[in-house]
Amino acid sequence: MDFQPQVNEELLDQAIALHGLSLVSILHQVQDHYGYLPEVVLRALCRKSGIPLTEIYGVATFYSYFSLKPRGRHQITVCSGTSCHVRGSGRVIKEVCNLLQIQIGQVTPDGEFSIETVNCLGCCAFAPVMVVNGQYHVHLSPAKAREIIISIREDAARESDLQTQEAEQEREAVPLQKDVSLR
Amino acid sequence: MIEIRLNGQRVKVEEGVSVLDASRFYGVHIPTLCFLEGLSPYGGCRLCLVEIGKPGQSKLVTSCTYKVEEGLVVRTQSERVIKRRQMLLELYLATCPSSKIIQDLASKHHVTQVRFQPRHEDCILCGLCVRMCKEQMQGKAINFAHRGTERAVCTPFDKKSEECRLCGGCMYVCPACQARCQGPGAEEAICNACLNLPQPCLEHFDNAMCYMDPCVACELESKREHDVKGGKKA
Repeated sequence: MDFQPQVNEELLDQAIALHGLSLVSILHQVQDHYGYLPEVVLRALCRKSGIPLTEIYGVATFYSYFSLKPRGRHQITVCSGTSCHVRGSGRVIKEVCNLLQIQIGQVTPDGEFSIETVNCLGCCAFAPVMVVNGQYHVHLSPAKAREIIISIREDAARESDLQTQEAEQEREAVPLQKDVSLR
Repeated sequence: MIEIRLNGQRVKVEEGVSVLDASRFYGVHIPTLCFLEGLSPYGGCRLCLVEIGKPGQSKLVTSCTYKVEEGLVVRTQSERVIKRRQMLLELYLATCPSSKIIQDLASKHHVTQVRFQPRHEDCILCGLCVRMCKEQMQGKAINFAHRGTERAVCTPFDKKSEECRLCGGCMYVCPACQARCQGPGAEEAICNACLNLPQPCLEHFDNAMCYMDPCVACELESKREHDVKGGKKA
């Protein structure tokens, strides 16, 4: 059995109270909270709102924005629309996939990155386009895409290093304080 | 009551009924695949196409979802309609050649060739099972999911549904589930046995003895006889 997160009952109640039976709005809120749409949460939503599960599942699978599988912490979206395709988005996708060692629609084993393609991002003049964490990267080449991903990876590593350092410092700091209080 | 022109004839119909219902009420046959009385019209199979409006400004609409209006001009058998219908049937034959209903419709509408690669799908996405489950059985166990070429009818998360009562209503209405008759050329994409072969049953039994109701071969035969008689009179 796959890992299933805890159902946040409060969030569901709040979403239903706010949006009524507007399913897409509720799903937006659920996905914002969990990062994807977990099965248990959709089942709970069906119980609470009375919307048939078949309808929820139909809508959730219809829109490519919604995902039923967990996504990476950094979400990479590469455009494969006509303009981007003509300007070489295929090579960008290949490069990114090679770099991260995953296929389109998959997540890296460490849960950091996930790749997906969309059919248009609405800025064809800047083709080829890639969106990482909501930030648009334009006029890409495979090399440029590679640099962007590596820099994000380094930033993430630095951040986690900082966090562990801080944690260590806190751990070290605690006995010191105790000493002070003892004196 | 409002007046429409149905194949050139002025007829009175009740307001709010669909063009399909009005036509069937006056005995004008329109073929359908995704329509079933008692279920909401869906307009998915497009076989019930009719031409509406004056010549030159006419357009094709699905008669099962189009409501009648005052003075509406409807043509159910124009050349444009027949051509489109035959093309649709050809596409359906290529999608699902193993279905008796589709083979029968093809023979009935004189579709004698399939110019597409047979795909042998087991679903034509007519949505009959979905509506049957939801509207007649109050089940809501299956629905359409995914989009585009991946669109399919399935239960949520492709798991065994808790709502399904195994009533079998979905299979009962499915046009793709009905296996076709195993005549000559049962492996081929198109059968046309009703069109080409004289039916032995027609010589030995009358219609009352036959369990196949409606039988396309009988219908075509009686129509042929009717045409011959009509021709003699003329």
